[in-house]
Amino acid sequence: MFYREAGQFKTTYAADQALFPIRQDRYAMLAILAIAFVGVPLFSSNYWLTALLIPFLVFSLASLGLNILTGYAGQLSLGTAAFMAVGAVAAYNFQLRIPGMPVLLSFLLGGMSAALVGILFGLPSLRIKGFYLAVATLAAQFFIPWLVTKVGWFSNYSASGVITAQPIVILGMAFDTPQKKYLLVLAIVAVLALLAKNLVRSRIGRAWMAVRDMDVAAEVIGIRILRTKLVAFAVSSFYCGVAGALYAFAYLGSVEPDGFNLDLSFRILFMVIVGGVGSILGSFLGAAFITLMPIMIEVLLTGASHTFNLNLGPGVTSMVQLLVFGGLIIFFLIVEPHGLARLWQITKEKLRLWPFPH
Amino acid sequence: MTFFFEVLIGGLLAGVMYSLVALGFVLIYKASGVFNFAQGAMVFFAALTFVGLQEKFGLPFWGAFVLALAAMVVLGILTERIVLRPLVNQPQITLFMATIGLSFFIEGLAQLIWGTNVRRLDIGIKDEPIAAVLERFDIAISSFDLIAALVAGVLVTVLAVFFQVTRVGRALRAVADDHQAALAVGIPLKQIWAIVWSVAGFVALVAGLMWGGAQRRAVCTDVRRAEGVARAHPRRFRIRARRHRRRPDHRRAGKARRGLSRPVHRRRHRRLVRLHDGVAVPVDSARRLVRRKTN
Repeated sequence: MFYREAGQFKTTYAADQALFPIRQDRYAMLAILAIAFVGVPLFSSNYWLTALLIPFLVFSLASLGLNILTGYAGQLSLGTAAFMAVGAVAAYNFQLRIPGMPVLLSFLLGGMSAALVGILFGLPSLRIKGFYLAVATLAAQFFIPWLVTKVGWFSNYSASGVITAQPIVILGMAFDTPQKKYLLVLAIVAVLALLAKNLVRSRIGRAWMAVRDMDVAAEVIGIRILRTKLVAFAVSSFYCGVAGALYAFAYLGSVEPDGFNLDLSFRILFMVIVGGVGSILGSFLGAAFITLMPIMIEVLLTGASHTFNLNLGPGVTSMVQLLVFGGLIIFFLIVEPHGLARLWQITKEKLRLWPFPH
Repeated sequence: MTFFFEVLIGGLLAGVMYSLVALGFVLIYKASGVFNFAQGAMVFFAALTFVGLQEKFGLPFWGAFVLALAAMVVLGILTERIVLRPLVNQPQITLFMATIGLSFFIEGLAQLIWGTNVRRLDIGIKDEPIAAVLERFDIAISSFDLIAALVAGVLVTVLAVFFQVTRVGRALRAVADDHQAALAVGIPLKQIWAIVWSVAGFVALVAGLMWGGAQRRAVCTDVRRAEGVARAHPRRFRIRARRHRRRPDHRRAGKARRGLSRPVHRRRHRRLVRLHDGVAVPVDSARRLVRRKTN
């Protein structure tokens, strides 16, 4: 009953091709955006913004990037964090070396640098597939942080290799409070997500999916495999690069290259898998799940230990976090291998009729 | 020149240590096509269980070994029950992700049971240069590394024989080749997976003892490092039989089959035997299946 499209007639091609063809979706999306842009900065504390929402948005962007590559183009990658590192370091250097460089432009250029590196490490994808490609992208994962640490120029010869992001100033306005940073990140993520949503249903996106589903067949119908795969790597790395720049500039402030390690790559891969491979919405759901869950477990455990007067050691919380985290990943894979996005889709199907039997 | 040889031999022996962990990867990949990311965690779990048993209950070496082995077998069977069985026929990446989840789970579980303290793991082999070699050639080779290499060699040989000769080994290879076909010829997939995870648990225990012994402690990070290296290995150990499925005469055979010219049990029987001529799938089990069908 709540999700019925009955009575919604499409009279133009434009209406037929709309991003959200069903009215409920459109209104829900507008409501979510309104809440995110207006409600959240008004009512949430600094802790929520800096510790939860900004990382959630940054990771959403990164997993969106990985989802484009893995979910849509079918190329498994473990180098996500490395591409993020490229974006962060490049944006930092553009800010540092070129006086008067606009911050947004340096984010963009950071993303483009990441795209170039992504193309470079995407070249092996023409010959190898699946796990072996993942191992090849693993090379990026180990090479790039090493390079950034080794070559002092990248971090402006700071002793520890840590880069400290410059303050964000756009058109004379300083984005220094958590609220402003949050809004900036949200705006960037929203625009890029819209772009991705459109991209995956364009000619390029359909070519990606064709390559993913069967590369030989795609080649036969005239899709250029080389270009399609490399474009996927470039776009994906661009997203990851921008996410990396935001990670450094808006979230942490100062990052060390070793922070972009394999664990981060895996985290993002988790987000994609748990959220839903090959789904834009899934990237957001997965990022929310993986970012929020450890905190939820901690809150619940502390609450439980207070109410039941348990004396949990300091290590126990993190152990239980590991346990529940691993357990939930397995649980989700068993219950729904296509991730949270698919669960949501099923829910929507159910909501068409529910609560009436017919 | 002595330095060169010392580094060469030392490096080779260190590589053998890695191969101990890699062996576990290969086992599971070979038998189920699952890329088991949790192998490192299993090594960690095994070593920690061993040390924990020794410390808490004062068990002797073999007592702790047997009990830790039992724990690994239980872990393997539970993994099969809870994680793998519901995920049959899922794409490889899903299974891979499940093992990543499993690795988190095992790590958490191990530390929850045995605590997070860094522990001493002493298996009674001295980590000293062998005196005779040191005197004669002036090359320092750790006796521990040498014994670890020997253990690894023995393990590899035993497992190779196991896979080549025994009935279970053949069944394992058949499962690796094609789950469905193996099921159809009557290989009990569930049992096989439980077996292979238990064997991998055994390898993990040995690897954990060797690694922990070399480091004198059972710590997560060392094992984690091993994962990185072992990750690249499995390709070499893939069995050759896989290619047989793509041969054109099989495709023709498939078309003929669809023509319904032969009775059902007959067709199935012939197909599967031919399908697996590379791995020598037990014909008798195929026959048994046929008999069951016709009865």
